[in-house]
Amino acid sequence: MTLKIDRDHARFRDIVRGRIRQGLREYISHGELIGKKGKDLVSIPVPHIDVPRFTFGGKNQGGVGQGQGEPGEAVGDGDEPGSGQRAGEGAGEHILEVDLTLDELADILGSELALPAIEDKGKSRIQSRKDRYTGIRRAGPESLRHFKRTYREALKRSIQAGTYDPGAPLIVPQTEDKRFRSFRSEEERAANAVILYMMDVSGSMGDEQKEIVRIESFWIDTWLRRQYDGIESRYIIHDAVAREVDRDTFFRTRESGGTMISSAYKLAAEILERDYPVADWNIYPFHFSDGDNWSTDDTKLCLQILRDDLLPASNMFAYGQVHSPYGSGQFIKDLRENLASEPRLVLSEIQDRDAIVGSIKEFLGKGH
Amino acid sequence: MLTGFFKDSSLPLYLAKEQERIEKVARSLGLDFFPTVFEILSYDRLNEVAAYGGFPTRYPHWRFGMEYERLAKSYEYGLSKIYEMVINTNPAIAYLLEGNSLTDQKLVMCHVYGHVDFFKNNYTFRATDLDSAGKTVPLEPPGSSYNPNRRWIDKMANHGSVVRRLIVKHGLEPVESFIDHCLSLENLIDPSAPFIVRRRPSLEDDEVTYDIDVPKLKAKDYMDEFINPRDHVLAEKKRLLDERELRKQAFPEQPEQDVLQFLIDHAPLEKWERAVLTLIRDEAYYFQPQMQTKIINEGWASYNHSRLMTQHILDFSEIVDYADNNAGVMATNGKQLNPYKLGVELFRNIEERWNRGQFGREWATCDDLDERKHWDMRLGLGQKRIYEVRAHYNDVSFLDEFLTEEFAMEQGLFTFEWSDRRGSYEVMSREFQKVKQKLLSQLTNGGNPVVRVTHGNFENRGELLLEHQHHGIDLRMDYAERVLGSLVRVWKRPVALRTIFSEQPVLLRFDGKEHRRVELSSI
Repeated sequence: MTLKIDRDHARFRDIVRGRIRQGLREYISHGELIGKKGKDLVSIPVPHIDVPRFTFGGKNQGGVGQGQGEPGEAVGDGDEPGSGQRAGEGAGEHILEVDLTLDELADILGSELALPAIEDKGKSRIQSRKDRYTGIRRAGPESLRHFKRTYREALKRSIQAGTYDPGAPLIVPQTEDKRFRSFRSEEERAANAVILYMMDVSGSMGDEQKEIVRIESFWIDTWLRRQYDGIESRYIIHDAVAREVDRDTFFRTRESGGTMISSAYKLAAEILERDYPVADWNIYPFHFSDGDNWSTDDTKLCLQILRDDLLPASNMFAYGQVHSPYGSGQFIKDLRENLASEPRLVLSEIQDRDAIVGSIKEFLGKGH
Repeated sequence: MLTGFFKDSSLPLYLAKEQERIEKVARSLGLDFFPTVFEILSYDRLNEVAAYGGFPTRYPHWRFGMEYERLAKSYEYGLSKIYEMVINTNPAIAYLLEGNSLTDQKLVMCHVYGHVDFFKNNYTFRATDLDSAGKTVPLEPPGSSYNPNRRWIDKMANHGSVVRRLIVKHGLEPVESFIDHCLSLENLIDPSAPFIVRRRPSLEDDEVTYDIDVPKLKAKDYMDEFINPRDHVLAEKKRLLDERELRKQAFPEQPEQDVLQFLIDHAPLEKWERAVLTLIRDEAYYFQPQMQTKIINEGWASYNHSRLMTQHILDFSEIVDYADNNAGVMATNGKQLNPYKLGVELFRNIEERWNRGQFGREWATCDDLDERKHWDMRLGLGQKRIYEVRAHYNDVSFLDEFLTEEFAMEQGLFTFEWSDRRGSYEVMSREFQKVKQKLLSQLTNGGNPVVRVTHGNFENRGELLLEHQHHGIDLRMDYAERVLGSLVRVWKRPVALRTIFSEQPVLLRFDGKEHRRVELSSI
């Protein structure tokens, strides 16, 4: 017999995306995609719809716990090392928190992504090989000995041999107990590639829109850095004028003003011409905006820069348009009309936070 | 032989052999369980089944899809995985996760037999006997031939086909949104309803109403006039008749905590709506015993897997893996009480206390610490006692009766509260009374507020009045208003709720269009 879960799951996804049952929308909660970076703690978004019931309100209920701590001290949060991973399972706690490094998460997210149309360019930097500790084996150098595994093997052996004395639990590892970390060498895809991020920070981009752009470019950036050695990133923000900023500013800035997209494209073209000769570099510009440009004249100028400078230089030019209640969203239509036959131009419309992953896949999904 | 839901889900031979061995040992230790069928599933299948609460045949609804997504993501990201799952049916069905080590599978099987013994013997689960539906369940322990009908697989499947048929007939949207409303009311049931006669048989007929025997003091004939003066008798008669008249007008006669049943009986529902509400209520009562016995049930299963594994099933080569895994299950972390840990420790504590005779009046009044420490009357009643406890207690009574100050201290229990200043939870107190009170209050009524129907014809306008029994914690107001919305959808007339908010008695009222909140001067 077949399970119905696929249908129920599809139905749930449709509700979350707002396609059906609008009434439930206000009960949907999302986790944040970017967690507390300092502790390398990442929250994974699991949308959840809370069915309202008669229930007790407020955080102030508290509860009963178990463990150490004097009255007045903070309740231990499982900070002690080695406590491992846990899922929040209490009522109302539907955000999964996990101690993953961003790298690991990028791995999970990105196993199906790749930089499209990447070529060997430049003085082909040395194909780097990287060693990753992936397994355990019985032989190896002392420096790679895995203490816990070795201890466990020794403990098992001494219990089996009957030499284990709970009163004096002395465990002496022997050679056959020893376990070592083993590594695998992986070829790094070294590439001379530059990613140019451009973000519209004009007034019509609301906080939510900017947040979406930040999350999306943050993940693209994190993931690319993980996958490819030798990637350079440059960041441009623009409203009516464009300027280059550092990574931190790019992900944090809050500005507003009018919009002239051409200003960013001009600056991008300048940077490329100055620093990244096409012959040596794979070039990937990413531009995010709400599609509300200042004037049709400026749009014309944009198209011209794209046609003459940016597209010929780029392996791919990615344009992501964030849906905004204020903007006309005209720009993506103009691009579609005028540059329809341009294979290097990849367009993506991002409706809301849920669409971010889909949009990243549109840009970097394998096989296009 | 019961056949499974899935192709090729029966146990491979080496596990079937283990099952046979474990079952034999468990029985010899006094466990008494329903026949148990194990199925072995891949992780995605297991997640699917778990999303449906163990019943792959349930009615279609998006929230099962939501649960599935959560489980699937947790597994993908390596956060958690389900080791086992067992459902309360007769025969019982348990699922194992394919690819677990043999040691893990044995541990799970031992644990499962603990649960199934609990399902069969604990009184709360007798409310899930299908042959007793609608009847009051006796509290006495069943005889050895107890073999109730708990074919909930079939019952859930019937619910599934009922809902699917209704969807074909009325459309997905109306049926689903009605189910959503019902789910908002799902917790408005009375966990003790199956065990108590709530509805007294009504008076035979109206004639009796006008004549009533006033209870008199006993007196010899010639003294009667003086001991029971006529005036008093008449006044008393009038009072009793008036009272009865009032009761007749009151509807329901007594406040009704089984709000769902009240709605099924009295709300002007379409036939299909009543069918949906009825099945939601049936399922709510099915899952209720599990809510009421989380700690004691997991404790009992853990107590048994531990003694089965360490004393009978494990061989030496497996002991470390077992200990490692068991330690993971029993791990505690700060603000979440681990029901496995608390339960198993309490069972062990009870066993020891009854072995050493640490109970009764002498023990309770002894305050010589040294004497208490070395108290041992060598009664050996521990085993007997814990088998009784697993039959007659739920979480609330289990903790109320057996959670002692010594135990709470040994286990390091404390209360915690949110601190705005710190922006996190902080330890409040390790005082025994406070810990116990908090624990009990959080378990009472399954952690749900007690809300009862007090009037089905409020203000003589056919409106519904509910009353929240406020015990110190306010309701979450935005949700309460939404639930009133769902009640209006079912009752089809305005609905009001009396509660206390910020120490002020209030009446929330919703007429289908507008929410109103009236402050009451007194209740």
